[in-house]
Amino acid sequence: MAHFEKATSIHDWFNQRLAVDAVNRVMMTEYWIPKNINFLWAMGMVLVITFALLLVSGIFLLMYYQPNVDTAFYSVNYTIMREVDFGWLWRHVHGVAASVVFLIIYIHMFTGIYYGSYKKGREMIWISGMLLFVAFSAEAFSGYMLPWGQMSYWAGMVITNLFAGGSLHADGLVEWIRGDYVPAQAFLNRFFMLHVLLIPIAIMGLIGLHFASLRIPHVNNQDGEEIDFDAESKKYLNGDKAGSKVMRFANDFMSKDMMVVGIYLIFFFYLVFYHYDFAMDAVNFDPADGLKTPAHIYPEWYFLWSYEILRPFSTNIGLIAFAFAQVIFVLLPFLDRSPNTVAANRRGLFGIWFWAMLVDMIVLTSMGKLPPEGIFSSIGLIAALTFIGLWIVLPFITKMEKKV
Amino acid sequence: MKNSSRRGFMGKAFGAVAGIGAVGSLVAMKKSWDPLPSVKAAGFTTLDMSIYEENELVTEKWRGKPVFVLKLTSDMLSKIKDKKNDMDRLIKVGDSYFMVTLGLCTHLGCIPGYNPADQTFLCACHGGMYDVTGDVTKAPPPRGLDIPPFKIDGNKLVLGETGPEFIAMKENGITL
Repeated sequence: MAHFEKATSIHDWFNQRLAVDAVNRVMMTEYWIPKNINFLWAMGMVLVITFALLLVSGIFLLMYYQPNVDTAFYSVNYTIMREVDFGWLWRHVHGVAASVVFLIIYIHMFTGIYYGSYKKGREMIWISGMLLFVAFSAEAFSGYMLPWGQMSYWAGMVITNLFAGGSLHADGLVEWIRGDYVPAQAFLNRFFMLHVLLIPIAIMGLIGLHFASLRIPHVNNQDGEEIDFDAESKKYLNGDKAGSKVMRFANDFMSKDMMVVGIYLIFFFYLVFYHYDFAMDAVNFDPADGLKTPAHIYPEWYFLWSYEILRPFSTNIGLIAFAFAQVIFVLLPFLDRSPNTVAANRRGLFGIWFWAMLVDMIVLTSMGKLPPEGIFSSIGLIAALTFIGLWIVLPFITKMEKKV
Repeated sequence: MKNSSRRGFMGKAFGAVAGIGAVGSLVAMKKSWDPLPSVKAAGFTTLDMSIYEENELVTEKWRGKPVFVLKLTSDMLSKIKDKKNDMDRLIKVGDSYFMVTLGLCTHLGCIPGYNPADQTFLCACHGGMYDVTGDVTKAPPPRGLDIPPFKIDGNKLVLGETGPEFIAMKENGITL
């Protein structure tokens, strides 16, 4: 048995048993972050805080929500919104956070693409991040079912129908997923389970993997410079703090991180208190009705770009295009053939590719919201083809890229 | 050496037990997600076909899904009477012809709306269109509206049972 001495303090008592000093050093004070970064590097912490907000608000909603097709709608819109003291707060925090989390995820993703933070040993950071995106998408979709309004029901109908695989007609698979011929009690109950248990567990595991994958390659920097973290950290510990290219994660980097988080939270709670309506679709304030489709069915804004890639084509081609859009981002580290890990503006054609992709996704998002008629249909089709085209040319333009 | 081979055997033995258990539990998990027997049993709807008015779409319900019933006017019939494909999609009960289909767009399952003036169906979700026989006239839907299994019983129609007319439709590729 290990040797324990009489503790000199509470800190010492814990330190002997849990090595809190060593853990703090490894995880915080001697986890090194490059100095040459900007506020976009704070998005990870912003996401952690947003996830915490979702978890806490979700716990309170869970105490009054009823996963039953007859009572779900009223447990949300009557019990939680009107009866429970501050119930509206939890619901609006939960709804706004679910929407804003995707905005931050997209900023986080495009920051990574711009600065090449998916290359040279950082592939697993990118892949685990994309798995998190998939898990968050599943979490958002399953949560959207729970109020059991018209949009819940019809989004559930349309999305589960995707699993029939077009001409494959795998109706058995669709019925298996639903547990019924149409979304009904079995469907609501199992998506409730997924939303509050299975997917959150997966998300927490993936967050652990995402952090772990960062540990060895370290955080990237604005110039994609390869830093010798051992040498630079030694310089820092020997007192040359100004000369070192790195700083401590805590408290140096964290202090700036939390500054950005503070500004973000002001913006976030402004939305929660004054503009929560953007995260609440008016159609979903009608209870689910299996015999009446709403005039326009569209997903939440963060799924619009991939929805628009599905829409302009016939069923089978649409499904293939949609599947392509869902997985292609994961492959980015392998489709980018260039040896350069620098900001996109120094990479010639890739710089143009980056902005073209960003603009194209914004166009797809706007068209996805509009009814599929006339000129919007054509713009949507062109934007969808552009999206696919951009991914096809990516390996070629990056292959031609000169070493910076 | 002797020890390690004993460990090797124990490892394999555990692997075998765990493998059988894993397969067994996957079977149980899959089956637990299947639709319940009570859901499957509640699957029949009987319609009295004498009550419908011409060119007036009525939405019935079968297995939780909407079913369109449209009695065709003689005007509509005269337009399509020479087109075998269109006539084959209709169900004749007594002297009247009916379009009886699932009211779910074959694209992704929204409910199309009927316009009695144009005599067309339009799906608002993705812009698909169908004619009065439920056949598709504008993409993205890949095929006409599906026809539910039915059996003609005098002037009644039983949805969920499979009659000879439905089997004929299936064999002709009219419906899935």
